[in-house]
Amino acid sequence: MIALSDYLMLGAILFSLSIAGIFLNRKNIIIILMCVELMLLAVNMNFIAFSRFLDDSAGQVFVFFILTVAAAEAAIGLAILIVVFRNRRTINVADLDTLKG
Amino acid sequence: MTPEKILFYVFATILVLSATMVITRRDPVHSALFLVLAFFTSAILWMLLEAEFLAIVLVLVYVGAVMVLFLFVVMMLDTNKAAVRAGFVKMMPVGLIVAGVMAFEMFLIVGPQYFGLDKFAMPAPHPADYSNTEELGRVLYTVYMYPVEIAAVILLVGIIAAIGLTMRKRPDNKSLDPSEQVKVTKGPDRIRVVKMASEIKQEAK
Repeated sequence: MIALSDYLMLGAILFSLSIAGIFLNRKNIIIILMCVELMLLAVNMNFIAFSRFLDDSAGQVFVFFILTVAAAEAAIGLAILIVVFRNRRTINVADLDTLKG
Repeated sequence: MTPEKILFYVFATILVLSATMVITRRDPVHSALFLVLAFFTSAILWMLLEAEFLAIVLVLVYVGAVMVLFLFVVMMLDTNKAAVRAGFVKMMPVGLIVAGVMAFEMFLIVGPQYFGLDKFAMPAPHPADYSNTEELGRVLYTVYMYPVEIAAVILLVGIIAAIGLTMRKRPDNKSLDPSEQVKVTKGPDRIRVVKMASEIKQEAK
């Protein structure tokens, strides 16, 4: 039988991997966005596991709303990315320093 | 080892490996494709948790829409791979240490000693006529009515923001603007009326 802790540990591994991904690819904003999506997936995994083991559908409803917000976030994030690339010809995070005083 | 447990470990291994590939590949296109694999595998794991509706939604919304959007953007942007890759090896120890410590701390909390089978027993599987979609739909349209409407507004804002951010006037666009064309008046701007004496056409002889 699969225990609740198995799912929670899988979510913890996924979350740590995406943290490591943000550290490793901190110059590439596209991969950072992908790591954020991976983090949301890890959180959703925990919600669904708890929803199953506590027999409460509220967890699944919460995942539904997280998916909605994540889709909107990805659309707006990629739109901002395109505008930045159009103006600066680069997506290197180190070059995006026009707000620096 | 029950078949369920074997399935869980196989798919969990694929999920962790594909997540590792997402963060280590040099080409962002490869990363996006491995992220598709990760989403697909976790949809299967959600099926094991009997969350069928959300598993299908994950495949439809994420693999079908969000990741295609990501692939579009990745292929559209011509990035300098060497520049965005700089510092990968330098940050490797720090990233691995932080991630390892985080994972270790989370294991201490969510490990089998607090969330094992003796604490949270596996619930009985749902009967064959149970519909996950029906159950979710029932609470979504009654208890969570206002959150659903707010989610709809968030999606609308997302659409408008994405269009408003990326739309632009191209300077080399030669299309005509009809509303400007019909504003032409008999004035000094477009048409000039010249006063002149009438001329009689000479008959050729």
